[in-house]
Amino acid sequence: MDANGILLIILLFAVVLALTPVLGGYMARIYDGRARWLAPVEQGIYRLCGLDPDCEQHWTGYAMAFLIVHLLGVLALYGLMRLQAFLPFNPAAQTAVPPDLAFNTAISFATNTDWQNYGGESTMGYLVQMAGFTVQNFLSAAAGIAVAVALIRGFTRRSARSVGNFYVDLTRTVLYLLLPVCLIGSLVLVWQGVPQTLQGSVSATTLEGGRQIIAQGPVASQMFIKHFGTNGGGFFNANAAHPYENPTVLVNFIYMASILAIGAGLTNTFGRMIGDQRQGWALLAAMGVLLVAGAFATYWAEAQGNPALGFLTNMEGKETRFGIAASALFATVTTATSCGAVNAMHDSLLPLAGMVPLVNMLLGEVVIGGVGSGLYGMMVFVLITMFIAGLMVGRTPEYLGKKIEAREIKLAVIAILATPLAVLGLGALAMLTPAGLAGIAAPGPHGLSEVLYAFASSANNNGSAFAGLNGNTLFYNVILAVAMLIGRFAVVIPVLAIAGALAAKKTVPPSAGTFPTQSWLFVALLVGIVLVVGGLTYFPVLALGPVVEHLALASGTLF
Amino acid sequence: MVKHLRAALVLLLAMTLLTGLIYPLAVTGLAQALFPRQANGSLIERNGRVIGSELIGQTFSHPGYFWSRPSATTAPDPKDPAKTVAAPYNAANSGGSNLAPSAKALIDTVKQREAALRAANPAAPAEVPADLLLSSASGLDPDISPAAAEWQVARVAAARHMSPEALRQLVAAHVKGPLLGMLGERTVNVLDLNLALDARWPMR
Amino acid sequence: MSIHRPSSRSLLDGAILAQAIGDAVRKLDPRFLVKNPIIFTTALVAALATILTVRAAGSGAAQAGIMAQITAWLWFTVLFANFAEAIAEGRGKAQAASLRRSKADATARRVTATEAADPVEVPAATLRSGDLVLCEAGDTIPGDGDVVAGIATVDESAITGESAPVIRESGGDRSAVTGGTRVVSDRIVVRITANPGETFLDRMIALVEGAKRQKTPNEIALSILLVGMTLIFLIVVATLPAWASWSGTRIPVVFLAALFITLIPTTIGGLLSAIGIAGMDRLVKFNVIAKSGRAVEAAGDIDVLLLDKTGTITLGARQAVAFLPVSDIGERDLAEAAFLSSLADETPEGKSIVALARSRFRLTEPGSANLHFVPFTAQTRMSGVDMEEGRHHIRKGAADAIAAYAAAHPHAAPGGGPRDLIGLVEQVGKSGGTPLVVARDGRPLGVIHLKDIVKPGIRERFATLRAMGIRTVMITGDNPLTAAAIAAEAGVDDYLAEATPEKKLELIREQQQGGRLVAMCGDGSNDAPALAQADVGVAMNTGTQAAREAGNMVDLESDPTKLIEIVMIGKQLLMSRGALTTFSIANDVAKYFAIIPSLFLASYPELQALNLMHLASPQSAILSAIIFNALIIVALIPLALKGVDYKPAPAQTLLKRNLLIYGLGGLVAPFIGIKLIDLGITALGLA
Repeated sequence: MDANGILLIILLFAVVLALTPVLGGYMARIYDGRARWLAPVEQGIYRLCGLDPDCEQHWTGYAMAFLIVHLLGVLALYGLMRLQAFLPFNPAAQTAVPPDLAFNTAISFATNTDWQNYGGESTMGYLVQMAGFTVQNFLSAAAGIAVAVALIRGFTRRSARSVGNFYVDLTRTVLYLLLPVCLIGSLVLVWQGVPQTLQGSVSATTLEGGRQIIAQGPVASQMFIKHFGTNGGGFFNANAAHPYENPTVLVNFIYMASILAIGAGLTNTFGRMIGDQRQGWALLAAMGVLLVAGAFATYWAEAQGNPALGFLTNMEGKETRFGIAASALFATVTTATSCGAVNAMHDSLLPLAGMVPLVNMLLGEVVIGGVGSGLYGMMVFVLITMFIAGLMVGRTPEYLGKKIEAREIKLAVIAILATPLAVLGLGALAMLTPAGLAGIAAPGPHGLSEVLYAFASSANNNGSAFAGLNGNTLFYNVILAVAMLIGRFAVVIPVLAIAGALAAKKTVPPSAGTFPTQSWLFVALLVGIVLVVGGLTYFPVLALGPVVEHLALASGTLF
Repeated sequence: MVKHLRAALVLLLAMTLLTGLIYPLAVTGLAQALFPRQANGSLIERNGRVIGSELIGQTFSHPGYFWSRPSATTAPDPKDPAKTVAAPYNAANSGGSNLAPSAKALIDTVKQREAALRAANPAAPAEVPADLLLSSASGLDPDISPAAAEWQVARVAAARHMSPEALRQLVAAHVKGPLLGMLGERTVNVLDLNLALDARWPMR
Repeated sequence: MSIHRPSSRSLLDGAILAQAIGDAVRKLDPRFLVKNPIIFTTALVAALATILTVRAAGSGAAQAGIMAQITAWLWFTVLFANFAEAIAEGRGKAQAASLRRSKADATARRVTATEAADPVEVPAATLRSGDLVLCEAGDTIPGDGDVVAGIATVDESAITGESAPVIRESGGDRSAVTGGTRVVSDRIVVRITANPGETFLDRMIALVEGAKRQKTPNEIALSILLVGMTLIFLIVVATLPAWASWSGTRIPVVFLAALFITLIPTTIGGLLSAIGIAGMDRLVKFNVIAKSGRAVEAAGDIDVLLLDKTGTITLGARQAVAFLPVSDIGERDLAEAAFLSSLADETPEGKSIVALARSRFRLTEPGSANLHFVPFTAQTRMSGVDMEEGRHHIRKGAADAIAAYAAAHPHAAPGGGPRDLIGLVEQVGKSGGTPLVVARDGRPLGVIHLKDIVKPGIRERFATLRAMGIRTVMITGDNPLTAAAIAAEAGVDDYLAEATPEKKLELIREQQQGGRLVAMCGDGSNDAPALAQADVGVAMNTGTQAAREAGNMVDLESDPTKLIEIVMIGKQLLMSRGALTTFSIANDVAKYFAIIPSLFLASYPELQALNLMHLASPQSAILSAIIFNALIIVALIPLALKGVDYKPAPAQTLLKRNLLIYGLGGLVAPFIGIKLIDLGITALGLA
């Protein structure tokens, strides 16, 4: 660890902290309808869709809209990939994507996972990248944010039936938030060297006379939303480690800040919408504690060097321009947020450094988390925390004046159960079947880590990988897609049901007996609950994976 | 239900048009107008021919060039398309080795690389810089660390029959970063450096 | 701060213990176990382990010994949980038994109409709501009802434990009678208001026995959370063999069973119903009957408490502060008459009159034996003294009672009492006091000003409530000026003056609209709507049947400030659940560090580094964890029964304290406990 590395961490979090109230305030304006500068476009879209933007939906209607948009998105994306050979903007003449891979990829992008069982530059034409992936990058991000906003409305409303209109929230998110920022951001990326062209690959004759085919494409326009919307699906196989996707330290910094921006900002939006910004800051503090701890833990662990190589600086799977510090930080940020973009190969991280990203995901993607999903995921933990805290102060539990009763607990439990079931259950299936075992690249405990990572990543809609695992097989294409579906819908639907249940409740005003949720004690308790739930669920498999690998490596055992 | 379907379908189409075509094409237009060099891949031409990209690393094996980092990129095996073969700096298929730090395969590879580097650089210091032993994430890393460049100076100078001192100055002039003097690593772009080398001390 | 202390009963009485051990075994009945999902799961796992152990023993497997021990401790876990519940129930059963005695073989004399004189003997069990029964001195009242005719003194000690008989009469606010109580004097006709099995006594028996105990909403929510945790651990443990197979590790199923049971929240699962039963039991010990557990939980949340002034904030008995004679009577004459009439009056008011007269005019008790005291009766609503063989009479009482007496007196002055008497009565009334009129030989002499005296210690009790986060609102019929004065003196947060039943109801609704939870105490018929509307309505046992039906709790001692204890019990109930849940979860950390290294040591010797407790062997580690897990249930039974300590404090302070004790304690305790058990096991050579 050196001063520059530590400075980088501090600077990043300072920038994100400064952005939070700005973006948070703007988002609050979007969702209470005050932002109107694109009203003509917005109204036009509603007219085309036959929507009355003032007609709000019950949570079931909201969930139905969420499901249908995803279903249609998957179908459209699947179609584009299967038919790309017959479609324009395909200079490299990429052929139809095989059905199982297309199935996996369509679900992956629609669920904001962006797990990639393919190399982008060698598989996908530009139309799929633009009209398929980029569109889903926008929509899946906006859908996640919409769900978070619906949940916030659950807290702000009293005895209400509706939680908002999904189509309206989706449209407003894209129009007012994502699209304008991405338009400007993309140009900054191009300025820094990210390509943006419809021309095909370039053939170069190298200095030594060899031939080098250099893949190109409309990269920049996809890159900004990929990070801003915590999608993470790379244009190229090497993702954000590719010099075209992430050419400079500045771009790398912009990516990290934009990955965190919306997730952090939404905590502030939450605070503003419920009328007490400190509540939002408390949530951000809890997320921030975990994020900062993770960032330093990864950096420290990775800076130790590989004991098997005489503590040689572990540059395996890292880019020179990023070095250890920016790679470790990016790994933490991308997994804390369900982004999944990588600027270093996580599979080659030292065991403990690789465990932090794994844990970030296993905690349920609540350390800032995905756009929207981080907030609503954390809110599920908040309900559990406040339930226990309420009991311990001798009041029937409540949060922000909403009583937490059997129904909310039941829904929260379903949401919390979904991911362990997908990670441990489906992962166990992979460990038991020849098809599952066939994909594992590494022998020894690291092989288990690869499988665990794949399911943690899919079930938490992250998308990053211990990429040694060969996921492009029928087995993994299908089972990982199932994990992604569970991770998305088995969380979102209970969360929307919670939103509906909360909105229908009366609001109890705080009294001296109410436990204040703007306090550090709340932050500590929330962090504790998140760690305990995650820790207790995954301690055994973590012990069998990265922990034992670390202990073995330290004692000189190789696999 | 029908209402939902119509709304969702039309919305998806509208968004595809807006974010999937209008947006990327608009960015393309603007980028081509404002930053044409970068938008087209920061390509470098010499004598009217594209010799590579400033951002994409290349393979060097001649002792008179600075060598890039090991690359783990592959290409389809011409004999069996289902298999792959090693193809360093394949810019049509980026990627890393994904070897675990505890993998025997990694440790063995590193030992082989070390032996090969030593054999080719008899005059170099004992300790080989990590970035010359370990492969990059993209397999297309355009940079090496200043230490890795320094480590190769003796070999390159000998091959080009020039003084190591002059070469060191050239290398020093090509060290970039850190950003604002504090963020990121110090790097040397290998292709840039080798181009400068060819320009000043052409190989005989 | 004054806190009511219940009559003490030994926490673990010998007889109850013996009974509970038997019940713990009886409760192994699956139909019973299934009500507690966590313990039911434990029993299923224990059954599975039993089968596996028997099979292993049959085939002479090397690990049969350790398997048998683990299986035994799995069953102990179930038994200990049953035992906890049985003990909690046992404490209620003793009380229920004595209640049941007053119910047994009661008969009733049914009449057809209030005036009817031809009662029919029927068994009490056949009485229906609406039946009229006649009760005379010595009769046990056959069922709950309202007095519709007559007046009587009733011994309610069977229910309340209070030995002093109380007056029950038709019409007023003291018309309710309870089945099982005994008429001591006079004769009343009661209209039965409860069908058999639904009487107050029946409900009370069911309540203290915990027989028909319904899970409260909060208990249900917590159960769901606990089941959720159990499911998570089920996933963890069920998938572990698959993940372990990668390293070629095979884990014996019994070891997995042990891991599973130590991880699931058996501690809170085993103690949850005991906590609930014990909470209700504590309430009963404070002589409060709650009609549902829900009401007790709600009590913990109360934001606003509405209290009647009289008898709650001020002493029901007032103190004499002045003698106000009518114009042609001297103050000393009035004082003397008041003094004589009160000499035998044992009520606090009477004593205060004597004391005031003594201090003002140094009056002394006349040596004459000629005084014949007339006690206060429900009919006359006066008391007094007859002197000189009944030639002179002094009476004191409420203005209207004295007016009626004076009018009926042979020497009564025509045209009623002195004109300025009315003025004096009004004057006292307006200042917030109570006027008591004194008359001699049918002629009113003047008024004794009885003043409200704020109860000693009440300020502190309100301060306690405030510390609990509860606002107190005093309700009084007084004018706002008087009300404000008393409110300030008593230290309540707010008051509602010139209250009418409608105003009370409106106030409650208004508070509830704002989302606050309102508690209120009341006794009169006109309190019934407000009691029903309040979230927690505590009816005084002395009150009307209507009030008792409307409230969701009945205070047998009729002490309105007992809400403090009710609130505390409600809070304790929730806190005990929260504390033990936290403890249960925190325990898991140590258990993981005991068991996980043991399971995988053979494949990965490096994992010895996780054996933080340096447990002797893998077998001993697993056994120690499961033993700790079972014993901790027994160790925590006293805490579950007594409840977690509650001292009024801000929520933040409470949470910090409980987290420290039960969170941190729960983290550390098992590390020590498991290590000690491991040392014991190793010393005994059990594993």
